[in-house]
Amino acid sequence: MTAARPPVPAPSRAEYCVIACAEAWRDAGEVLASPMGPIPSLGARLARRTFSPDLLLTDGEALLVGPGGEVEGWLPYRRHLTMVTGGRRHVMMGASQLDRHGNQNISCVGDWARPARQLLGVRGAPVNTLNHPVSYWVPRHSRRVFVEQVDMVCGVGYDRAEGARFHRIPRVVTNLGVFDFETPDRSMRLRSLHPGVTVEEAREATGFPLAVSGRGPVPCTREPTAEELRLVREVLDPDGRREGEVGAR
Amino acid sequence: MADKTMTADDVAGRLRSGMTLGIGGWGSRRKPMALVRALLRSGVTDLTVVSYGGPDVGMLCAAGRVRRLVAPFATLDSVPLEPHFRAAREAGAIAMTELDEAMFMWGLHAAANRLPFMPVRAGLGSDVMRVNPELRTVRSPYGDGEEFVAAPALRLDAALVHLNRADRLGNGQYLGPDPYFDDLFCEAADEAYLSCERLVETGALTADAAPQTLLVPRHGVSGVVEAPGGAHFTSCAPDHARDEAFQRMYAATPWDGFAGRFLSGPDEHAYTRAVRAWHEERR
Repeated sequence: MTAARPPVPAPSRAEYCVIACAEAWRDAGEVLASPMGPIPSLGARLARRTFSPDLLLTDGEALLVGPGGEVEGWLPYRRHLTMVTGGRRHVMMGASQLDRHGNQNISCVGDWARPARQLLGVRGAPVNTLNHPVSYWVPRHSRRVFVEQVDMVCGVGYDRAEGARFHRIPRVVTNLGVFDFETPDRSMRLRSLHPGVTVEEAREATGFPLAVSGRGPVPCTREPTAEELRLVREVLDPDGRREGEVGAR
Repeated sequence: MADKTMTADDVAGRLRSGMTLGIGGWGSRRKPMALVRALLRSGVTDLTVVSYGGPDVGMLCAAGRVRRLVAPFATLDSVPLEPHFRAAREAGAIAMTELDEAMFMWGLHAAANRLPFMPVRAGLGSDVMRVNPELRTVRSPYGDGEEFVAAPALRLDAALVHLNRADRLGNGQYLGPDPYFDDLFCEAADEAYLSCERLVETGALTADAAPQTLLVPRHGVSGVVEAPGGAHFTSCAPDHARDEAFQRMYAATPWDGFAGRFLSGPDEHAYTRAVRAWHEERR
C-alpha cells in the first residue's frame, strides 16, 4: 500500500510574483533578460526553462550561461552596454519612486542638489529606457514608491519619451499585482491582481489615481502550472528565498 | 627600456591638488585601493574624481579630498549604498556631475579618441539633463535627424587602475572575467598609474594566458606599482574575492574610527597588518 501524497500547498504571494515577472519575458525571443532582485531573477530563469527557451541569461558577472550554468558567452560591462544600445535586452529594474507615466527614480530622494536621502545614482536607467524594453519590480507597493512626481527622473516615462524610437515599458510587477501603461494617455493601469488583493487595496497603496482595465472585474494574475511550481520550489529556489522578499501570503 | 616601477606613495607624490583623477574598476570590484590609500596618506585634495564609484569614492569623500564627483553611481555591490558617498551628498559636501553609465563610457571613449564628445542615445527625457545644464545635444546630419546627447569627453589628468599582473615596462594584464573600463581610463588620461597583484617578467604574462588578456599597453602608462592585495577589500578575480566581512564593517563603522585603525599607518604594510589583526580578533 502506498501512502497518500501530501497535498501540494497553494501558490504563495511570492510565487504569483515570480510568475508575473516571468510573463514579462514571454515571446521576448533571443534577448538578454536582465532581472534585478531575487524574484525577477527567479522569473527570468523560470521563463528560460519553460516558455521562453531562447532567452539569454548571465551569471550575474561577465558570463552568459545556460540553464545548467554552462558558459555560452562573454558579456563584460562594455559589451553589456552595447547590448543595451543594440536593443536585444529586456531589463526588469527596481524603483525607489515611480510615477503614473512610468518615470522612475533610483538616484536620490528630495532635492537633487542636496538630497534628503542619497540612493544609488541614475546608473543605466536613462540609457536603458531609450533603447529597449524596461519593466519594473516593486516588492512593497506603497505611496512612498508610487508618487505623483518622482524627485529625479532616471528611467524615462511615457510623457517624457516623445520621439524616442525604442522606448517601451511593458509592465510593472508589485506584490499586489501587475500594471501596464496601455491607456490613451499612457498612465499606469491595473492589469491583474494577485489572488487575495482588492482593487481598493491597490488604489490605497498608490499615490496617484490608478487606471483600471476594462469594465468587468480585474482579472487575477494567472495560476502557475504544476510544473512551474515544481521548478520554482524544487529546482530554482529550494531554500525559499523568494518568500523573504514579499512576505508569505 | 624604461623601468617604470615605483611605490604607491611615489604615485601619490606625482599627483597634485585640483587634478581630475579617473579611477578604474566598477563598484566594489578591482578598485586600485592601495593607490587610493596612498592618496589618503598624501596631502592631495580638491580632486575631481571620475569613477564608476565604489569605496574609492566613499573614502576620498569621507576624507574631504573630493571637490567634484563625476559618476553614474556609487555602490559597494553586495552592500548597495556607499555610506560615505551618501553622507557627503546629503551634507552638500561635494559637487556632482551625475551621468548615465553609457554617457560616462562614451565620455571616456571621446577622451581616448581626442574627440570633444560622442553622440549617445541616453539622457534625453531624464533629469540628467536638468541637473547637468551644461550638457548639449546634437542632431544627426543624416536622413533620420535623430537627436542625441553629446556626451562630453572625460579627459583625465591622471588615471589609477589595478590589474592582476604587469611587467616593469607598464604592460598590464587582467585575468578575471571583466576588463571593466580600465584601458579606457588609461587612454583618456595624460598619465596612467597601474598597480598589480604581481609583477612578472614580460614573457611570463602570456606563458599561461591568452594575449588578449593584455589590457593596458605600456605606452600609456607612467608608473607601475606591485601591490599584492592592492584592491582590498574590493574583489580582484581570480586572485581574491571581495572581503565581505571587512566591507560590512567598513560600511557600518564611523569614518574616524575606521581611518584611525586602518589608514593611519605609514604605508600599505601597516594597512595589511591592521586588516590581518582585525580578522584574527573575529576568530
